[in-house]
Amino acid sequence: MPKVQFWQGNTAVAMGALAAGCRFFGGYPITPSSEIAETMALELPKVGGRFIQMEDEIASIAAVIGASLAGYKAMTATSGPGFSLKQENLGLAYMAEVPIVVVNVMRGGPSTGLPTKVSQQDVMQARWGTHGDHEAITLAPASVQECYELAIEAFNLAERFRQPVIFLGDEVVGHMREKIIVPDDGTFTVLNRKRPKTRPEEYVPYKPDPEDDIPPMAAFGDGYRWHVTGLTHDEWGFPTNDPEVIERKILRLVRKVRRFRDEIVRYETYEVSDADMIVVAYGSVSRTALSAVREARSKGLKVGFFRPVTLWPFPDKELQALVNNVKAVLVPELNCGQMVLEVERVVSGRAKVFAKGLVNGELFRPSEIFEFIKEVA
Amino acid sequence: MPSQEVLDWLRARFFPHIWCPGCGHGIIMHAILRALVDLGKKKEETVIASGIGCSSRMPGYIDACTLHTTHGRSLAFATGVKLANPKLTVIDVMGDGDCTAIGGNHFIHACRRNIDITAVVMNNNIYGMTGGQASPTTPVGAYATTAPYGVIDVPFDICKLAAGAGASYVARATVAHPLLIEKYVKTAISKKGFAVVEVVTHCHTQFGRKNKRPRPIDNINFFKENSVMYNKATTMSKEELEGKIVIGEFVNADLPEYVEQYMKLIESLGGNR
Repeated sequence: MPKVQFWQGNTAVAMGALAAGCRFFGGYPITPSSEIAETMALELPKVGGRFIQMEDEIASIAAVIGASLAGYKAMTATSGPGFSLKQENLGLAYMAEVPIVVVNVMRGGPSTGLPTKVSQQDVMQARWGTHGDHEAITLAPASVQECYELAIEAFNLAERFRQPVIFLGDEVVGHMREKIIVPDDGTFTVLNRKRPKTRPEEYVPYKPDPEDDIPPMAAFGDGYRWHVTGLTHDEWGFPTNDPEVIERKILRLVRKVRRFRDEIVRYETYEVSDADMIVVAYGSVSRTALSAVREARSKGLKVGFFRPVTLWPFPDKELQALVNNVKAVLVPELNCGQMVLEVERVVSGRAKVFAKGLVNGELFRPSEIFEFIKEVA
Repeated sequence: MPSQEVLDWLRARFFPHIWCPGCGHGIIMHAILRALVDLGKKKEETVIASGIGCSSRMPGYIDACTLHTTHGRSLAFATGVKLANPKLTVIDVMGDGDCTAIGGNHFIHACRRNIDITAVVMNNNIYGMTGGQASPTTPVGAYATTAPYGVIDVPFDICKLAAGAGASYVARATVAHPLLIEKYVKTAISKKGFAVVEVVTHCHTQFGRKNKRPRPIDNINFFKENSVMYNKATTMSKEELEGKIVIGEFVNADLPEYVEQYMKLIESLGGNR
């Protein structure tokens, strides 16, 4: 029987991760994400998993990568300042193709900013925060229920694509409490990384399967010997300076995600079929935006709603298909205009794009977004 | 010439290695491999981790589970590996900059946590790979590309740092004493807890040329002439010890080990079911 709980978002992230099979958590205290570490500290040893509080944010993601290399599903959680510190090793996980989940519960920035207040200022950092080319997968929950479900999805994507997945929550979703229906184990999909079928002496750790560009992954201790490095490497995992081998590696890193974007992309719409305006919103803002859209509909305004659940890859084709007959696209977000840049790229002049930013640490009220809709209409 | 058992642990196809002719790192790698062979370790159950620098290229040449990570962070990666799979033998090879500058925080916390990992710190007093910049172990007065007028900041004593931070085993040898390195590394690997073996080595290319020890042999002779065993050092005055390298075992204690403690916690909560 599914259980009904009254949880905060951060608890749901931790419980969802456990349901997905996460058995290792490396963390460092930071507001507003600490409840995730606290829940993991409490729950993991009960199921034979490992929780470790590391000496800093850098070490916590490093330990998580190490645990993943030893075969564990592993996660760390943080907020802006910690997410900045994690970028170095995040890059190693992209390069070495190590599945991990990194939670960033967004607070106001830059710098120490607003530890207890909400923002959506790390949207572009989630995409491009670590140096070098890579294809980010980023999920943005809008409810406690979704915190649980997307935590499972984050692990499934990390395991499937052998790379980090960013779970980009925000302070409001992380700290609000609401009803959640916790599904029974076995009623949702749990994916595990591909293991090599070859014998250890024949194992080529970065030789991709042609059908998906993803190499099967052995675990340290499984009888396979292999080399892991953050240096650009060949199919055997060893550093290379051969331009052809370098290019093949980097192009595959990007391609392994891009070719499956249709299976990764998630979004939600409301009343878009006859809309002449569409509000694009994600995370906590999508909740007040949806209220405002409903309010506008009740007043006879033909407004639709589009919520990217995967921020990266952005549901670009899906949004594009909706904007041919609309005159305006509205993008309210808790920053000075980040995702609106992506929306502008997608809309590409087919409609006018209007941004509304808020950076005072508060969440939009539905009335503010309703006013925004009325101004544009 | 290394024994066949040692050669079996090498990825000889990558030779010649990237280290300069006469570099001490090969002596250290050989000693580590002899220790692993003598202890009967299996390659597929041995993890060699490293960070960034000349020393950190060592795992690439060792045919085990090898993990070349980011600068200074290798102990944090190794901690994740060990806690996830306690059956693995985990050795972390580091340089002086890697261990005590950018990785200083990870180093002291690995000591404090007393996790069952062996850290071999190759201390050549310089950043070799990047071109001879001063490190936290460059002696006062020595020259480096970023200390063209001589170093003025006081160096770390890696062994004192490790002992103070709580490591179970702390020892120092130099590359002029390869049998001591092997002995200490063997003891370190066998020790249940965090074990540190500092190996004083040389970078004749980057450090030696600027500091009157330009040839490998100048350095080996320097180490031979200036090394003092710990027991003898305890009888010497501060003045007599000036400029000397004290070698030997400084700490060998039986302390609660981190992973063992965590496994007890899991056991007590019924987490093994």
